[in-house]
Amino acid sequence: MSTPARLALDRQTAPWLFASALITTLPHFLHQPYWLSGLAALLLFWAVWLWWKDERLPGRWILLFLVGTGCAGILIEFRSLFGRDAGVAMLVVFMAMKLLELKSRRDAQVVVMLGYFLLLTHYFYSQSIPTGLWLLVAFWLLTATLIRLHGGYVSSRQETLRLAAKLCLQAIPFMLALYVLFPRVSGPLWGLPSDAHAGMTGLSETMSPGSISRLAQSADIAFRARFDGNQPAKHKLYWRGPVLEEFDGTTWRPTAGRGASPALDNLSPPLRYELTLEPHNQRWALALDAPMQLPEGVSLSSPLTAMLRQPLTERRRLQLAASLDYRFNVDEAPGTLQRNLVLPPGANPRARDLARRWREADSNPSSLIGKAQALFAASFTYTLQPPLLGEHSVDDFLFRTQRGFCEHYAAAFVFLMRAAGVPARVVSGYQGGEANPLDGYVVIRQSDAHAWAEVWLAGRGWVRVDPTAAVSPARIETGIADALPFGEPLPALVQWRADWLRGLRYRWEAINNAWNQHFLGYDPQRQRQLLSRLGLPDADWRSLASALGLTCALLAAALTAWSLHRRPKTDPAWRLWQKALRRLAKREVDCAPWETPLALAARVRTQCPELAETFQAVVDAYLKARYGNAPNHLKDLRTAVAQLR
Amino acid sequence: MGLLARLQQALFRWHSDGSAPLRLGQRRIFIVPSRPGLFFAVALIVMLIGAINYNLALGHALVFLLAGLGIVGMIHTFRNLHDLVITPGRPEPVFAGETARFPLTLDNERKAPRLALELEAVKGQFVEAAIAGESRITIRVPLPAQQRGWLALPRVRLSTRYPLGLFTAWAYLQPDMRCLVYPAPIIAPLPEPSQAQSGSTRQGEGGQEDFAGFRERLPADPLHHVAWKASARQGGNAPLLIKQFAGGGQSELQLDWAQTDPTLAAETRLGILAGWVLAAEAAGLRYGLCLPGSNQAPAAGDRHRQACLEALALYQP
Repeated sequence: MSTPARLALDRQTAPWLFASALITTLPHFLHQPYWLSGLAALLLFWAVWLWWKDERLPGRWILLFLVGTGCAGILIEFRSLFGRDAGVAMLVVFMAMKLLELKSRRDAQVVVMLGYFLLLTHYFYSQSIPTGLWLLVAFWLLTATLIRLHGGYVSSRQETLRLAAKLCLQAIPFMLALYVLFPRVSGPLWGLPSDAHAGMTGLSETMSPGSISRLAQSADIAFRARFDGNQPAKHKLYWRGPVLEEFDGTTWRPTAGRGASPALDNLSPPLRYELTLEPHNQRWALALDAPMQLPEGVSLSSPLTAMLRQPLTERRRLQLAASLDYRFNVDEAPGTLQRNLVLPPGANPRARDLARRWREADSNPSSLIGKAQALFAASFTYTLQPPLLGEHSVDDFLFRTQRGFCEHYAAAFVFLMRAAGVPARVVSGYQGGEANPLDGYVVIRQSDAHAWAEVWLAGRGWVRVDPTAAVSPARIETGIADALPFGEPLPALVQWRADWLRGLRYRWEAINNAWNQHFLGYDPQRQRQLLSRLGLPDADWRSLASALGLTCALLAAALTAWSLHRRPKTDPAWRLWQKALRRLAKREVDCAPWETPLALAARVRTQCPELAETFQAVVDAYLKARYGNAPNHLKDLRTAVAQLR
Repeated sequence: MGLLARLQQALFRWHSDGSAPLRLGQRRIFIVPSRPGLFFAVALIVMLIGAINYNLALGHALVFLLAGLGIVGMIHTFRNLHDLVITPGRPEPVFAGETARFPLTLDNERKAPRLALELEAVKGQFVEAAIAGESRITIRVPLPAQQRGWLALPRVRLSTRYPLGLFTAWAYLQPDMRCLVYPAPIIAPLPEPSQAQSGSTRQGEGGQEDFAGFRERLPADPLHHVAWKASARQGGNAPLLIKQFAGGGQSELQLDWAQTDPTLAAETRLGILAGWVLAAEAAGLRYGLCLPGSNQAPAAGDRHRQACLEALALYQP
């Protein structure tokens, strides 16, 4: 079917559409399967080539075949067409296909709308500042494409881009008003597809040799903390994750089922702080040992881990308090103690033998702990690249390799303690953190992931023992970057020692944190706080909607008035001449559009003889000011006009 | 007048805008979302639900930015028409069956260009226009001329969707413009000059037989009429002379309504007369036109031809 000329697409619009398609699909190539990116790139390239050669677009059957192929591929790859990733893949394929179907303006409009839609899908994967900036650039380009589309071939590129920038800038006040005032609903509105929260990193529920050292090679931020008062010393910052009590020879696991709630004596005043957790898709809240007051929605498990009600799928702020000095379960249930003495039968005979000899020499638990720590301190090495361990992993580690990361030390220590008859267990979590001097937030990265031990001593309850401290005190005192020798596979971000680099990193992270806290973290609760500070306490959706409507109406009115206002001509001589004409009009002498000043003066001489002289002076001064090059004639004109009464 | 038309009349207060320049003010411009605009709104709602569902802060920002863009786009679409000055011009007469073109001068006093303006006089027929900043263009709105007589320009819809296409802004123009439509000429052999008419003696340049004297040459006289010998006798600075002859007006023609076949329809007879006028003019004859109730004295030239055709166009049987 042919398209009416009015609705046809002029040839020079196509590059704009190609650019729009490219900028909206390109970032998806980072996380899509290669074949899909390849297909989209191929279609895009084909469309550009056809345009370049000015050839016919492919027929309907070829397009249908391509759509079918794309959908089949997506179905095979994602096993669905409607999940998050599959949906995004479909949009990318449609976008590329639409470029092969550009016939009328409507097709081009669909491309731009798809582009706006595709922008949204990028935020499933990242909401960082660079993504936000890229949003603005892509938004600008899409808007320019839309303008170019309607302006037709007469619009110049520069003019189009400038108008698009103008429109985007003018849209920003509306966006801000909507962002602040639009009644926020905390999602989700319905069940999310199962792949909605794929790809989050963090501690896992189990621990085996290598699991934490792998995690420690990531510089991703696990969470941030801000203390109300002074920040405690680094070696006191143990962020408690899952407690692992069951050991099968290689892997440590938490005990299933609920135990009794913990009994806690707090010996130090509460230390208040705020956590901002990055999503890790698990339930633990990583509170500081030992948690005292918990916010709503957080409870303590029996081994003292603060647990959320739901797995954490989005960034969340928690207000917490901790007591750094505490007594925990001085009267522990016998069943729990028994559980923390169990060892897999037959495993690690040499370690058991060593522990038995220690106990025979001195059965006091403190001396046993001291012996184990002395053993580690003597000849062991702290490293991110431990050698592989055999079937008897603890024996292998203790007597052969003697190189390991915190999980090796914690596991070997707990094994020795249990073999010596002291109830002990592994605690995983994070240790330390780095304070950013710019905004006062303590940043805890995945590289701060840690595992330590807890032993139960009669009369003192569960006591934390960190065997890593015996091997590498620097790890606990200052952090992982100082504890590991150069050449270990630590992320570059963590290794940077130079002051200026560190300063840059602090600045960047502080900006990121502000972005996270104030922009991304703007939730219903923050909205209420902000509005009550703005003088709108307990705003419900109705008052929000009216405030929003009022703000938008005022903004629109201001923008309309500003853009429709007819700016007076800036030529002062012309303005004075108009003034003279208005005065003349009062005497019922109107200047016709075709009349020159001299012709008008001649007419005034006959119609209004009493004015002839003064008006002639006005005309002379006007002509000199307007067409002569002496600047002081403007003054003459002004006085001449003033005399025209 | 149907109910809808009556409603529109009441709503839009249609009346003639006269022939003076008219400036599009806020009250004249209407604006509603276009079909892509409605689609855009639906897409925004879907995107907002997505952003809420996945709790995407940047998604919220994008949706709100798009909503802001929609509002801004509305204002700019409105602005694309606002303060436009339209001056009606004078349409050239046409023959029935041709297309009349009504010139409208659109004056953009703003620095920014106004693109993608559409004028629609007949439903479905658009004239596109774009005006650069601080300039003016003249648009000829086409209208098929079907009947002889006066053809008035109907209401013209001036609309635009620029820049974003999400809104359609329009204004109705009804300048007082009419175009004269001559009867469609019918080709027919010229009638024989009637004896009574050709016998009249007249003074003029038409005849070249009986020498009547000299006169001074006027600029319009062709060079081959100059009497070179007589002029040479006059002396160096004197004007050139032209021989004058007493007229033998055998080429004078009177076109008469009565000469056409009375069995034909009146419109056909007028068409035949129009064809004769054109043929006579093309043959360089002097001709007159006689219609019941009006009479054009014999003459020649463009103005005479126009006068004759106008008489035919406006003839009321």
